[in-house]
Amino acid sequence: MNPHAATPADTGALDSLLWVVLPYLALVAFVAGHAWRYRYDKFGWTTRSSQLYENRLLRIGSPLFHFGILFVVLGHIGGLVIPKSWTETVGVSEHTYHLAAVTLGTVAGVATLAGLAILIYRRRTVGAVFHATTRNDKLMYAVLALTLALGLAATVDSNIVGGGYDYRTTISPWFRSVFSFDPDPALMSGAPPLFRLHALSALLLFGIWPFTRLVHMLTAPVGYLTRPYIVYRSRDPQLSARAPRRGWERT
Amino acid sequence: MPRRAQTRRRVMAQTAMVMNLDKCIGCHTCSVTCKQAWTNRPGVEYVWFNNVETRPGQGYPRRYEDQEKWRGGWELNKRGRLTLKAGGRVSKLLNIFSNPRLPALDDYYEPWTYDYETLTNAPLQEHTPVARPKSLITGKDINITWSANWDDDLGGSPDHGDKDVILANIADQVKLEFEQTFMFYLPRICEHCLNPSCVASCPSGAIYKRTEDGIVLVDQDRCRGWRMCVSGCPYKKIYFNHRTGKAEKCTFCYPRVEVGLPTVCAETCVGRLRYIGLVLYDPDQVLQAATTPKDTDLYEAQRAVFLDPDDPRVIADAEHSGIPRDWIQAAQRSPVHALINTYRVALPLHPEYRTLPMVWYIPPLSPVVDQVRTTGYDAEDRGNLFAAVEALRIPIDYLAQLFTAGDPAPVDAVLRRLAAMRSYMRDINLGREPDPAIPASVGMGEEQMYDMYRLLALAKYDERYVIPPAHAEQAHSLEELATECSLDYEDGPGMGGSGPFGDASGTPTPIAVENYRLLRERQTADTPATPHAETTRVNLLNWDGKGHPPGLFPTSAPPTDNTEPNPEKSRRDDRDR
Repeated sequence: MNPHAATPADTGALDSLLWVVLPYLALVAFVAGHAWRYRYDKFGWTTRSSQLYENRLLRIGSPLFHFGILFVVLGHIGGLVIPKSWTETVGVSEHTYHLAAVTLGTVAGVATLAGLAILIYRRRTVGAVFHATTRNDKLMYAVLALTLALGLAATVDSNIVGGGYDYRTTISPWFRSVFSFDPDPALMSGAPPLFRLHALSALLLFGIWPFTRLVHMLTAPVGYLTRPYIVYRSRDPQLSARAPRRGWERT
Repeated sequence: MPRRAQTRRRVMAQTAMVMNLDKCIGCHTCSVTCKQAWTNRPGVEYVWFNNVETRPGQGYPRRYEDQEKWRGGWELNKRGRLTLKAGGRVSKLLNIFSNPRLPALDDYYEPWTYDYETLTNAPLQEHTPVARPKSLITGKDINITWSANWDDDLGGSPDHGDKDVILANIADQVKLEFEQTFMFYLPRICEHCLNPSCVASCPSGAIYKRTEDGIVLVDQDRCRGWRMCVSGCPYKKIYFNHRTGKAEKCTFCYPRVEVGLPTVCAETCVGRLRYIGLVLYDPDQVLQAATTPKDTDLYEAQRAVFLDPDDPRVIADAEHSGIPRDWIQAAQRSPVHALINTYRVALPLHPEYRTLPMVWYIPPLSPVVDQVRTTGYDAEDRGNLFAAVEALRIPIDYLAQLFTAGDPAPVDAVLRRLAAMRSYMRDINLGREPDPAIPASVGMGEEQMYDMYRLLALAKYDERYVIPPAHAEQAHSLEELATECSLDYEDGPGMGGSGPFGDASGTPTPIAVENYRLLRERQTADTPATPHAETTRVNLLNWDGKGHPPGLFPTSAPPTDNTEPNPEKSRRDDRDR
C-alpha cells in the first residue's frame, strides 16, 4: 500500500509502541474523553477566562497566541493531511512549498510561542491569575509549551540551521496511515529526533486535551456567523428534578 | 365572520416590573436578599443581580452609562439599520481572544472577607487583635477602597457628583444648582429587554429569551465564557463568574415566578415599591421600534409595541398565539400595564440603548414636594406643585436623561400627573369636595385618578404582583405530597448520585421550589418534615421546633452497665419521650 512500507521485522517493539499503540491511545483518549466530558461536564466546558483579573498583558498575549496557533494548525493540515503528490499535481514545487511552509511556520510558531510566554508570565506573576490556576492548568501549560517549543525547534533546526528535511515523505504518510488504520511505524523511525519528540509530546497533549481547559477549542463559536441575533427558547418542559416517568407524562 | 388567517398578529407575553422611585428609601434590602438567594457563592462575590444606586452617582459598575467607553447596547448605523454598538458578528469573533470592552474587576470592586480567625486564636497581647480584610481574589491583605455602593448617599457631593455620566451631559451651571436640589435612589435589576443586546452578543447562543414569559436567561451548560455578553449589555447586568468561567445574570427569580410568587427583591422590598405583571406585545414590531430614528421617540415607540389586553382582537390573537386564558386575564389585571399604558406614569430606563428594557420606573416627585415645603408654601396645593414642577428644570432634565433619552416633556407630564394626584387626594382626605378640574388638567378622569392612587398607595400583595403560574401541569409534584416516589427527596437514592466530576458539575440540581402552602404545612405539622434516612441533612430553616430530626443532635453513646447514669442526660431523654 505504501511505497515506504517496511516489513514488520524491521520495526522494533519500541517503534510499534511509540508510533502505533501510543497514537491510538491518544486518539481514543481524545475522542472518548471529549464525548465523556460533554456528557458529564457540560458545566465545566468553558474557556475559564481570566480577563476579569488582568487585561493589559492578556490584550497582547492572548491574540498573539491564539491567532498564531490558528495559523500553526492550518500549516499542520497543509503539511500532514494533504499528500505531497496533490500539491505537486497543482504545480507547487517542493522548493516553493518548503519556502512558504518554513517562513509562515516560523513566523506563526514564534508568534504562538511568544504569546504563550506572555500568558505564562502573566499567569505566574499576576496574583489573582496565579491564584485561579489549577494543577490541571499547570500540567496543560507544561505539555503545551513543550509541544510548541519542540515543534518550533524542529523546524528551525532542520530547515534554517540544517539543510532542510522533507517530512512530507515520512511523517505525513505515517500520520495519514494512522487514520487509515494501516499504521506504519517504520516511517517514523528515520525521522530526526526533534520531530519525533514533537510528535510524542503532541500525542501526550491530545491524550490530556479533553480533560483540560483546552476543550473550548472544539466549541469555537463559528455558528454565531449564521444564527439570528435574538435567541428565543421555550421553557424547559419539566419543572421537577426528574423527567416524568413513562406513563406519567404531564397532560 | 371569522377573520382571515393572515391578519392574525403574533402576541407574546412578557413578565415585567415597575418600580416607584418615590418610595425607595435606599435600604438595600432588595440587594441583600437577592445576594443571599442567588450570588452568595464563590466566584460571584462581586456580583449584584440587584443593586441600588444613589443618583446622581457613578452606578455599578462605575460609570456603566458611559457607552462611548463601554459600547454596550445597539445603535443605528449610517444606513439607519440597527447594529450592535460594539461591532457585529465578525468583529466579535475577531476580538474573542481578548474582549477590548470588558470591565475590569477594578470597575466593579475587589471582593474581600475578614480574617476572623485571628480574633479567636491570637495569643495574649497588649492590643486587641483585629480582623484584617483579605482579598477573595488573591487571598492577600487588601486595602478596601471601593465597593458596590461606596458612594451611597453621597449623590450630590462635589467628590462624587461630578463622576456621574449623566451630569456630564447637563450644563455646568446646572450642576452647581443640582448639588443643592435632590438625590434619589435607583434600584436596578436586569431589564429583561425585548431586544436584548446581551443575547445578540453571545457567540455561543447560550443566552436566550424565554418565549413564554420573556425572561432572559443564561444556559449554564452552553455558556463557554466568551464574555461578549458582559460588554454587550449596556446596563452591565451580566456578570462573569470568575470561578466557573460562565456568565451569570438576574433570573427574574424564575423558579418563584413560575409558581406565581414575586421575585425575591420584590417580595422583600420594604417600601413595597415594586410591581410585577404581564405585558402583551407584538414581537414583530420590536425591531421596528428599536430602529426608531430619534432617541427621544423610543419611549413612545416602545409603548406602541405593547398591546391592549382588553381589546377583543388582541385577546383573539393572543389565544391564537397559544397564550393561556389565565395569562390573558393576568395581563388584563397587570399593574405594570396599567402604570405604563393606562396611567402613563412609568418610564423606561435609558431607552436610547435601544434594547427596549422591561423594568420601568415611576420618576420621583418627592424631592419637588420637599423643595416647595421648604419655601413655606403649601406643598400639596396644585398651583404650587405645578409651578414647582415647572420651575425645577434641573431635576427634570436629569430625570429625562435617565428615562426619556433627554426629552423633558414625558417626565414633566408624569410628574404633573403625580402632583395632581396628591392635590386631588388631599381634598378627599381632608373631607373637602374633590375638584374634578385637577384630574382634568392632566387629562385624567376622577375615577381613573382614584384608581391610580389606589394602585400607587394602597395596592395589596395580590394587586402589586399579578403573576400567573407557568403551565407545566405538574402542580401535583410541586405540592410535595407523599404520593410521589418516596425516594425522590434531595440526596435520596431516587435522585441518583453526583457525577464523576462531583456536585458542582454535570446536570445541576434544579432550585427547590418552595411555596407558601408547603411552608405553612411544615410550620403547623405535628411531625418533623424531614424524611428519615441515613444521609439526612438538617435544614434548620425548615425545622419547626417539634421533635428532633435525625442528625440534629449527636447520637448518644450506647449505655454501658458499669457507668453511673448521667442525671442530666436521663432527664433530657425522659423529656424527649
